[in-house]
Amino acid sequence: MNFEAVIGLEVHAELSTKTKIFCACSTKFGAEANTQTCPVCLGLPGTLPVLNEKVVEYCLRAGLALNCQITDWSKLDRKNYFYPDLPKAYQISQSDLPLCRDGSLSLASGKPIRITRIHIEEDAGKLIHSTEGEGYSLVDYNRAGVPLIEIVTAPDLATPEEAVEFLEKLRRILIYLGISDCKMEEGSLRCDANISLKPAGTKQLGTKTELKNINSFKALGRALAYEIERQSELLAEEKTVKQETRKWEEAKQRTLSMRSKEEAQDYRYFPDPDLVPIELDPDYVAEIAAALPELPEEKKHRFIEDYHLPEYDAELITGSKYLADFFEAVLKHYCNPKAASNFIMGELLRLMGEEGLDPEDLKVNPAHLGDLLQRIDEGEISITQGKKIFERVFRTGASPEEIIQAEGLRQISDQTQLLIVVNKVIQDYPQSVRDYLGGKEKAAGFLIGQIMRETKGQANPQVIKGLLIEELEKMRQE
Amino acid sequence: MELCDLTLHEIKELFAEKEVLPSMVLASVAKRIQAQEESLGAYLALDLEAAFAAARAADHRIQAGKPLGEMDGIPFALKDNLCQTGKETTCASRILQGFVPPYTATAVQKLLDQGALIIGRTNMDEFAMGASTEHSAEKKTKNPWDPQRVPGGSSGGSAAAVAAGETIVALGSDTDGSIRQPAAFCGVTGLKPTYGLVSRYGLVSFASSFDQIGPIAKDAEDCALVLKAIAGFDPLDSTSLRGEQQVDYTKGLEQSLHGRTIGLPREYFGEDLDAEVRRIIMGAVEQLAELGARIVELSLKLSEYALPASYLISSAEASSSLARYDGIRYGRAAADRGDLATFYTQTRTEGFGPEVKRRIILGAYALSAGHYEKYYQKAQQIRTLIGQEFEEAFRCVDAIVTPTAPTPPFKLGDRLADPLALYLSNLYTVPVNLAGLPALSVPCGFVQGAPVGMQIIGGPFAEATILNIAHQYQKVTTYHQARPCGGRKGGSR
Amino acid sequence: MSVSEQELRQVAELVRLAFSEDELRVLVGEFNRILQFVAKLNAVDTTGVPPTVQGVKVKNRFRPDQVRPSLPRTEALKNAVAVKDGSFVVPQIME
Repeated sequence: MNFEAVIGLEVHAELSTKTKIFCACSTKFGAEANTQTCPVCLGLPGTLPVLNEKVVEYCLRAGLALNCQITDWSKLDRKNYFYPDLPKAYQISQSDLPLCRDGSLSLASGKPIRITRIHIEEDAGKLIHSTEGEGYSLVDYNRAGVPLIEIVTAPDLATPEEAVEFLEKLRRILIYLGISDCKMEEGSLRCDANISLKPAGTKQLGTKTELKNINSFKALGRALAYEIERQSELLAEEKTVKQETRKWEEAKQRTLSMRSKEEAQDYRYFPDPDLVPIELDPDYVAEIAAALPELPEEKKHRFIEDYHLPEYDAELITGSKYLADFFEAVLKHYCNPKAASNFIMGELLRLMGEEGLDPEDLKVNPAHLGDLLQRIDEGEISITQGKKIFERVFRTGASPEEIIQAEGLRQISDQTQLLIVVNKVIQDYPQSVRDYLGGKEKAAGFLIGQIMRETKGQANPQVIKGLLIEELEKMRQE
Repeated sequence: MELCDLTLHEIKELFAEKEVLPSMVLASVAKRIQAQEESLGAYLALDLEAAFAAARAADHRIQAGKPLGEMDGIPFALKDNLCQTGKETTCASRILQGFVPPYTATAVQKLLDQGALIIGRTNMDEFAMGASTEHSAEKKTKNPWDPQRVPGGSSGGSAAAVAAGETIVALGSDTDGSIRQPAAFCGVTGLKPTYGLVSRYGLVSFASSFDQIGPIAKDAEDCALVLKAIAGFDPLDSTSLRGEQQVDYTKGLEQSLHGRTIGLPREYFGEDLDAEVRRIIMGAVEQLAELGARIVELSLKLSEYALPASYLISSAEASSSLARYDGIRYGRAAADRGDLATFYTQTRTEGFGPEVKRRIILGAYALSAGHYEKYYQKAQQIRTLIGQEFEEAFRCVDAIVTPTAPTPPFKLGDRLADPLALYLSNLYTVPVNLAGLPALSVPCGFVQGAPVGMQIIGGPFAEATILNIAHQYQKVTTYHQARPCGGRKGGSR
Repeated sequence: MSVSEQELRQVAELVRLAFSEDELRVLVGEFNRILQFVAKLNAVDTTGVPPTVQGVKVKNRFRPDQVRPSLPRTEALKNAVAVKDGSFVVPQIME
C-alpha cells in the first residue's frame, strides 16, 4: 500500500529583544554561565514578572506577516512541570488565547500552509551535561526568560522537502522582520515536527509521532524521511504506530523513542495571576502592520521590477535579508545592478561558501564593492585584478584603494609604457610571431599572456591587445 | 505604661516634641522582648543590634532638628514572608532555611526609605497557610492575652508582637484573613488593603491573586499612617494599581459618622457565630449607631460559597507558586542527590509541612485534566458572582460590618487535627479577599479575657472610609488601648 | 465525588511529594471531606459567568525593553546548596 505523510511543525524562535521577557536582564548570546540572571528570572521567592512590551510587538509583527488574526484579548498562562532548567517549575506561556491565530504561508508551488497559532512564552535555562559517571549536571540560567514565539502549523505539509522549504521560508521572513536572528546552531530557531501516515488518497488520519532534537534544516528533512520509512514499514507489516515523542539522533541518523503518550505530562495550565490580560487596541495593531518591513517576496518582485534582475538573481539575492540589503547598499555607490548582482552571486557567494560565512557576518563595506566595480568599469583595473582585490577586501575589510596602493595593482593603460613591453615580447618570442604571421591567430593569445606576465597582470588587456595586433600587422606589411 | 505600649502616632508626637528619642523607644521594646519573647514566641529572628544603630542615627536627626521621614525611628516587625536584602527569609518553612534574598520587598523598602527601624521577623503559618500560626515549622506563638490560646494566623507573630509591645507596628500579609483574624485574636487593629494598592514585589507568594500586605498596629490611626507609607504603584508588580496621587489616609479620620450607612449582612450572623461574639459585635454596632451611622440589614447570599471557592483557588495558585522550591537555586535540599526524581521528591517531602502539602495536592488536583472546569474554573466563576454581590451592596452602604472571626481565639492544638475546622476561622474574612476589597479588624470586646474583633469592609479603595469608621469607634471605646502586659483593661468609655 | 489512594498518589507524583501508606490513608480521608466541602459550589448556577482570575481589573502592563544590570554571579549562586564552575549543580540528567 502507498502512504502519504501528514506533517505539521512547531517552530520556536528566540526574539531578538534587548532584555528578557519578564525582567531587565540582557539576552545577549554567549555570556559566561549565570551572569545574565536576576531574582526574577531565577524564580526567587516573592519576585514578579512584568511583560516586555517589545515581545508583544515582535509577536504581532510575525502574526501580521503570516496573515494571522490578532487576538484582541489575550492572556498569559502557567504551564506546570518540573525540570532543573525551569526555575519556577512553570513556564509562562499562552494556552487557549495565543496572540495570533489562523494565518498561512504559501510554498513556492503556491500551496498554502495554514498557521494555527503564534504565541509568546519564556525560554528555559541550559543544562550542561557532565560526562557519564560524574553524577551531576550543571545549570546555566542565562537563557531562562529569553522571549520565544512558538509558531504552530496545521498538518498541511506532505513531504520532508515541503517541510524544509516551509521552515526556510519562515526563517527568512522572521529575519526580514528583524525579530529573531534564527540561528539553528545557536538554538535561536528550533523545530519539532509531528508526523503521521495515511493510505494514499484517503482522509483517514494515522497515529502521529512527535520528533524532537532537530538541529538543522538537513536534520529536519532526514528525520522526517526516516520516520516516514519507519512508519511505512510498521504499517506495511500491519503493526501499529505508537503515539509517542521521538528524538532525532544526529550521529546515528535515526529517531528513538523518548516517551510514550501515557507518560505525557499533565501541565495544569491556568492563567498566571501575577500578570494581567493583554488587550490590543486595533490602532496599535494597525500601526505595527503599517510599519512592517518589506518581506522576501515583495523585495524579490521589486528587484525584478526596479533593477531588471532576472528572477533567478532576485530570488538568490533576496534569499538573505543581509545579502539583499548589501546589494542595495552597493547600488548606492554603483549604478549597474546586473553587474553588481553578477559579482555578488559569483565572487561574494563563492568566497562566503569557502569561508562558511553567513551574510550577517560580512566584513565587506558595500561602498567598497561599489567602488571596485566602478574602477573595473572605468578600466582602471581588469576584471581579473578586480577579483583578486575583492578577495583581499573580503578577508580584511580594507578598501580597494588601500589594497591597490599597497600592492601596486593599478592597471597600466598607458600606451607608451605598454608599447615598450609589447616590443620586448615580440623580440623575445620570434617563433610565436612567425606563427601569427603565418596565419595562426591563436599565437597572439600566447603573446598577450607573456605581456601580462611581464606587467605582473597590471596591463589593461584591451589596450595591449590593440597595441600587439597593431605592431604585428605593421611587421606583416614590412 | 511603657514606651513600647504606645501607638505610632503617640510616639511621633513625642519625637516631634523631642521628649523621647528613637533609641529610648527601641530600648523599651527590647526590654519587653527580653522579658516576654521566650514565652510568647512571636519572632523567628531579631536584629536589634542593627536596629539600635539605625535608632541612634535617627536620634541625631531629631536632636539636630533635621527633616524626618514619616516612619523615622519607629520600630517595625516584618512577617517572615517579606524579603529584605541580607535577611534570612523562611516563611516559617524548612524548605526555605538559609535563604537570604538579594532584594527587598517594595513595601519594606518604602518603610526603610522613611526611616523605619526593622527589628525582626515574625512567626507565621508556613507559607501563610493556616489560621493559628501553629503550622510554623519553627515554633508555636502564644496568644499574648492567654498562653493557652492561639494568636490566630497566619500573621500570628506580627499580631502577637504588636499586642505584647514587642514592636510598635508590624507588617503582615492577608490571603484569606491572615491580617484581620490574628489582629482580632490578639486585640489589635489590622488592615488588609484593596488588592493592588500595596505592591506584592518581595512578598513570597501563597496565592498571588489574593495576597496583600497590610499593617497590624494598635489602632486605626496607626494603620492609616503605615498604609500611607507603603501604598502606591510599583513598576515591578504588574498587578499594582496606579493611584491618581498618594492618598493621605489620616485626613478623613476625624469625619463624623453622621450620614454614613453601615450594612450588616445577615449571613455573617448565622449559626456559625459564637453567641458571645455575636453579643459583643451587636454592642459595637449599637455604638456605631450612636455615633450617627445608619445601620441597615442586608444580604450577601453567596457568602457561604466564599470559603470553598477561596480554598480551591488559593490552593491551585499555591500548588504552582510553590513548585519552585526544588532545592536547586536556594533553600534546603535533600542530602541524596542520586537521581533527579528522588532529589525533587525528597527535598519537597522533607521541606514542606503537612498543611502546605495538603494545599499543594488539592491545588494540583483542582487544576488537573478533567477537574479544571469542575473545581478551579467553577470557583473562579463564583468569585465573579461574589464580587458582583459586594458591588451591589456597596451601592447602598458605605461599609459593611461583621464579626472578624466566628469564635474567640481557640486553644492551641484544638483545631490542628481537622484542616477544615481551622479553615472555618476564616469564614467571615475570606469573601473580602475574593472580591479584592479593603477590610480591617478592630478590637471590640473580650470573651473570658480573650479579645474579639469587628470587621469593617469597604468598597474598592475605600480605605479612608473604613479607617474613619474604625477611628471614630476607637475614639469612644478603649478596647484598643487594653494591653495584655501593660495592665490597662479596655472598655466602652 | 471521592478520590482513591491511587489517584492521590498520581497527583502527589505530579507535584513531587511522597507519602507513606499511612499518611496516604489519612490524606485520602481528609481529601474526601474537603471535596465534599467544596462540592457545595455545585449548588450555584454559573452558566455563562466569566471567571475572575486576577485580583485586579487592569490590563496591558508592560515594561520598556531596557537592559538593567543582572546580579553579580556570586550573588546569583550564593543561595544554592551546590555550585560548580559558576553553575548550579543538579543530579545527573541522562539525555
